[in-house]
Amino acid sequence: MTPTLQTFLIISAALFCSGLLAVLSRRHAIFILIGIEMMLAAANLNFIAFWRFSPQPMPPTGVMIAIFSIAIAAAEAAVGLALVIAVYRHYRTTNVDHLDQLKG
Amino acid sequence: MSSAAAVIIAILMLAAALAAATLQKLMHATLSFAAAFVGVAAFFFLFGAEFVGLVLVFVYIGAVAVLIVFTILLTRRDVGNDRGVNWGGAFLAVAVFGGLTLSILETQSVTIVAPHIRTLTVKRIGEALMTSYVWPLLCVGLLLTAALIGALVLVMEEKR
Repeated sequence: MTPTLQTFLIISAALFCSGLLAVLSRRHAIFILIGIEMMLAAANLNFIAFWRFSPQPMPPTGVMIAIFSIAIAAAEAAVGLALVIAVYRHYRTTNVDHLDQLKG
Repeated sequence: MSSAAAVIIAILMLAAALAAATLQKLMHATLSFAAAFVGVAAFFFLFGAEFVGLVLVFVYIGAVAVLIVFTILLTRRDVGNDRGVNWGGAFLAVAVFGGLTLSILETQSVTIVAPHIRTLTVKRIGEALMTSYVWPLLCVGLLLTAALIGALVLVMEEKR
């Protein structure tokens, strides 16, 4: 039995939801970033799966979108981690429950 | 595309992703995060998109995971305060997964098998990047430069 597109969509949904679990249930800012990266990876997996299972478009569109999305995810991770370091320097904590002041 | 390989990769990747989401120690979670991305890259190889798989390995395991480790080192005094599970978040994640799975299973148009395709060579990707996608490519270059300069400005110590 060869796997259908459905299988891969469900796998990608499971990856997305473990990212969502990390974002919603953790209090450490770095865990939240890890969760966001996993959700982005699930989206990339979907792009590649849809590209693979579609009749071949001439410029490989799904692959292109995945490449651009990986680049943007890398930029997002760099800025996010810089924000974590800046917040830590100011508050001496990275627990997002303690970051409750707008004017530090 | 074999079913057994897909199932094995899926189990390993989802186990690593769940470990990254639930492990208490930040460093262990980061290592599981890297393992989960090896799984995603393996899926890309399985789909015949080797170039994107390699890009994923280089960017996520080579750069992002190392960046996370450095951030953990820089904020080291603050580890170990992540106690207690937020059950609302866990419930919501399971509910979203249930909803997504239900709607995927209901959709008839996604029960298709993979067609036979020409192998995607790096030459074709490069040609597409340099012709149809040249403006997005330039914009991404600009965005990356801006993001890196912004990250540097954010973490720079203020001189008094």
